[in-house]
Amino acid sequence: MSDVSAAVVDRNIDRQKMTVSQTDVAIDIIGMNKWYGDFHVLRDINLKVMRGERIVIAGPSGSGKSTLIRCINRLEEHQRGQIIVNGIELTSDLKRVDEVRREVGMVFQHFNLFPHLTILQNLTLAPIWVRGIPKAQAEETAMMYLERVKIPEQAAKFPGQLSGGQQQRVAIARSLCMNPQIMLFDEPTSALDPEMVKEVLEVMISLAEDGMTMLCVTHEMGFARQVANRVIFMDQGQIIEQNEPEAFFSNPQHERTKLFLSQILH
Amino acid sequence: MTDFAFVRSEMTAAQPAPNRSSGLVAWLRKNLFASFSDTILTLLGVLFLIWAIPPLYGFLIGRAVPPGGTVEMCRVENVGACWAYIASEIEFFIYGFYPMAEYWRPNVVFALLVLLGAPLLIPKVPFKVINAVVFFVVFPVVAVVLLSGGSFGLREVPTEQWGGLLVTLIISVVGISLSLPLGILLALGRQSKLPIIKSLCIAFIELVRAVPLITVLFMASIMLPLFMPQGMTVDKLVRALVGVTLFSSAYMAEVVRGGMQAIGRGQYEAAQALGLGYWKRTGLIILPQALKHVIPGIVGNFIALLKDTSLVYIVGMKDLLEAVKTKNDAIEWASPTQSVTGYIFAAFIFWVMCFSISRYARYWENRLNTGHKR
Repeated sequence: MSDVSAAVVDRNIDRQKMTVSQTDVAIDIIGMNKWYGDFHVLRDINLKVMRGERIVIAGPSGSGKSTLIRCINRLEEHQRGQIIVNGIELTSDLKRVDEVRREVGMVFQHFNLFPHLTILQNLTLAPIWVRGIPKAQAEETAMMYLERVKIPEQAAKFPGQLSGGQQQRVAIARSLCMNPQIMLFDEPTSALDPEMVKEVLEVMISLAEDGMTMLCVTHEMGFARQVANRVIFMDQGQIIEQNEPEAFFSNPQHERTKLFLSQILH
Repeated sequence: MTDFAFVRSEMTAAQPAPNRSSGLVAWLRKNLFASFSDTILTLLGVLFLIWAIPPLYGFLIGRAVPPGGTVEMCRVENVGACWAYIASEIEFFIYGFYPMAEYWRPNVVFALLVLLGAPLLIPKVPFKVINAVVFFVVFPVVAVVLLSGGSFGLREVPTEQWGGLLVTLIISVVGISLSLPLGILLALGRQSKLPIIKSLCIAFIELVRAVPLITVLFMASIMLPLFMPQGMTVDKLVRALVGVTLFSSAYMAEVVRGGMQAIGRGQYEAAQALGLGYWKRTGLIILPQALKHVIPGIVGNFIALLKDTSLVYIVGMKDLLEAVKTKNDAIEWASPTQSVTGYIFAAFIFWVMCFSISRYARYWENRLNTGHKR
């Protein structure tokens, strides 16, 4: 079980500010189902995320993890049940959808930066055009977040000139520029070289230390153990098991979870 | 201990790159005489040039009658191009039957076209928004008032009298400025989720693309008046403009759609996830990338449009080519090389315009190439 105990960062992680609200619900998913044609991808999902929670969603490929978090900002539509984000229920009403998307940041496996814009323009585009923030102010905020992800010197470059790890840090900064209340991460380190995974995880940890509500689909079990307050295991479109990371890794209950953990942790 | 175990004790320092071979001899060897077959091709090419250049030179320059020459000089045996004919009829080629006393009006329009158009095309010039508004809103109004007259004490000149390069340029500039935005809207409509808009766009695109431009022009010429109230006629030039623009926009739509299909789903999703609505997503993220991908296709359409303007003779307009054709039959310059010279002149003017568009587009392609430079 060496991978589980391997720390992501060498320093002590400050769990002081990682407080979970007892009353403030960030995301509430109630009896949600989704189909792709005849294929039932998500089955009876019930998940209540409190403000400040750091949730890692794990599971084999095709288990519906990505689809689940993509439903939360309605990149995917659900067909049955309810999804309520920041008190707004997601329906086909586009206004509400955009309202939710403004408050929910998302980081993709393949970064999805806009290749025709500079790094700075990537960061300021949404604040200027969606929030109506003046350009100078948006640029100031953008530079602040670039400092935070430790690449301010790349501001004038284009995404194609950056390494994968740098691009993903820009993608995180781009989301943060919208000042979101919730961050969704869809396998943020899966497309990166091993040496670059750490720099991205470092940024994610510092976000958690600031008390951000986070849902992460990831295979980084070290991150799950060090940062998450809850690990969810999915298979065949269902939540099979969820627990605190310590208990989840040391004492999995379901047979499928045991099999999965035995295969990814050597 | 295995014999392949190895640990590097010191790093090899970077060395300067080997000298690049340069100079005339190296260039010749690399590009013209690299192999036996290359040498043969080079020699064949040289033979072709030796065969082709002297007669061409003789016809275009050597035996040609320069501007200012007389028709008698053009009637001698074995004469070259009759440039004197072009020079003496140049005004008709530029203005058609536009009244000579009013030539200053098209001249002002030409000057405005250059003065307002050029800064719009050069990225470094500031005030792009004002410039664009003036060019696309104010300039057309001024041009119409100035050219057709009938107000501000200007003598009225019906469009039947417009002609030559003036008409070719009007149709080209209007067609190019309108067909791209129209094509973009059609492409977006074709991908719309709203069934009525989608079917209308598909029907329009497929109908127009399945019909030759000549037919479209006939339809614009004959069908358009049918939709107009009794007694109201549509100007011939407007018919030609509508026909050419609609025709080109259908092709443009498919080119733009091709570019949009090259944009990965991730770009749409990233834009959506940031809360950008449909129009902002399309205008700020998708179209800038899609249009960049299809610049060669768009330029191909522009060039095709420019050359297709020569078909407007069908609705009775005298464009550049038609003006040349008219004067090619003129008795006062009747000579062996009269019509050949006229066509060479027309071809050369078209070539200059199309080649300029092509070079300008290359410039933008290089300028927009942000993806790969490190």
